[in-house]
Amino acid sequence: MAGKEDLKLLGLLVSPFVIRVRMALSMKGLNYEYVEEDLFNKSELLLKLNPVHKKVPVLIHNGKPICESLVILQYVDELFTGRAILPTDPYERATARFWAAYIEDKLCPAWIGILKAKAEEERAEKVKETLAAIEHVEVAFAKCSNGNVFFGGDSIGYLDIVLGSFLFWFEALRRMYGLEIINTSKTPLLAAWAERFGGSVEAKEVVPEADKAVQYANKLHAAAAVKLVSSE
Amino acid sequence: MAGGDDLKLLGMWASPYVLRVKLALSLKGLSYEYVEEDLRDKSELLVKSNPVHKKVPVLIHNGKPVSESLIILQYIDEAFAGTGPSLLPADPYERAVARFWAAYIDDKMLPALNQSAMGKTEEERAEGKKQSLVTVETLEGALRDCGKGKPFFGGDSAGYVDVVLGGLLGWVRASDELHGVKPFDPERTPLLAAWSERFGALEAVEPVMPDVSRLVEFGKMLKARLAAPPAAGASN
Repeated sequence: MAGKEDLKLLGLLVSPFVIRVRMALSMKGLNYEYVEEDLFNKSELLLKLNPVHKKVPVLIHNGKPICESLVILQYVDELFTGRAILPTDPYERATARFWAAYIEDKLCPAWIGILKAKAEEERAEKVKETLAAIEHVEVAFAKCSNGNVFFGGDSIGYLDIVLGSFLFWFEALRRMYGLEIINTSKTPLLAAWAERFGGSVEAKEVVPEADKAVQYANKLHAAAAVKLVSSE
Repeated sequence: MAGGDDLKLLGMWASPYVLRVKLALSLKGLSYEYVEEDLRDKSELLVKSNPVHKKVPVLIHNGKPVSESLIILQYIDEAFAGTGPSLLPADPYERAVARFWAAYIDDKMLPALNQSAMGKTEEERAEGKKQSLVTVETLEGALRDCGKGKPFFGGDSAGYVDVVLGGLLGWVRASDELHGVKPFDPERTPLLAAWSERFGALEAVEPVMPDVSRLVEFGKMLKARLAAPPAAGASN
């Protein structure tokens, strides 16, 4: 589509879900207004445009909101020409969606659970779940990439974005807990892929330093502690 | 016509997820071979076709398996784009809205309904009931605002969200007898109540719906199984 699009993105710099959208917009060569939200003090705009979930990212296109990162990715892919994010073949699309759903439904709650765990036992359980899930994703990479360097083939695609957005958080977890979710011995394919993804132009543009994630995690933990103490 | 296409659906008669796929295939006028799975004794084909989750539904098209109901629905819509009506709308924004509500039904509404029925403690079930009310009312709002007075989520005819929600209809109907609860209460959620009558009566839908009394019996058995202590050596 020619000309400037009216695009606004409500986000959070350390949110992997927001980063996914920023990567997609960048890959399509689209300009947008970025608004950083304070999730401890959500803006009226956010609450109005995503009343159901009250979460970021929210992409606002010509005044109309689109919520949920995977929905936004597909919206951006379908509406704007340029680099394809999802494959074009229906079966390959189904495979990409399957693994995106697996990453969202199994891997994501597990690693986030490591951060949210209130006790060591709970954390250990979540670590176990995370490691089990990443093993499946290693197998997926072997199948999906077809010998290529990315899930999407020879360039970054849907699954690369969906999983790649987590990598700086995995590094943050390594710094915080000494945990290696992806490592060269257990998940060699993903380890090599992670290096390539991290070094890519697309990632370098929008992925923050892992320390920013560590800082945010500390902020979340402090807030949780305050809540506990004030017995809300 | 999808005459030469080889379509096989691995399913289970009571599963709402399987029903979604049957509804989609029926709406698009696609023929397929149906294989009833015994989930306590899964077939080699099922385990081989869906090694990650080992669940139904699995749609096998020309020998290639597709798993996860929402993904299967979108696959059917894309692979058979020329056959029958489209499930997803043509407009990208409306597609995004449809995907949003489908995700909402699966991520928020279904787990709440499940917990209200199958929660292990009284407290869990009460919390589930509370959440169910919230989610169902939100969906009523969606039908009101997005539906704009049209008969279906998909507009004048049934589409993606109708099929996603429609998969639950059998259990929704069984719920009154099983749990004394009407998830789509005509007083609280009049639009959804009317929608379920309308959707259920569609020519492509009615023959595919599971038998409600059979679901009630099955539901009673599941509840009894939940309440009874497991037999020694029994596995899930």
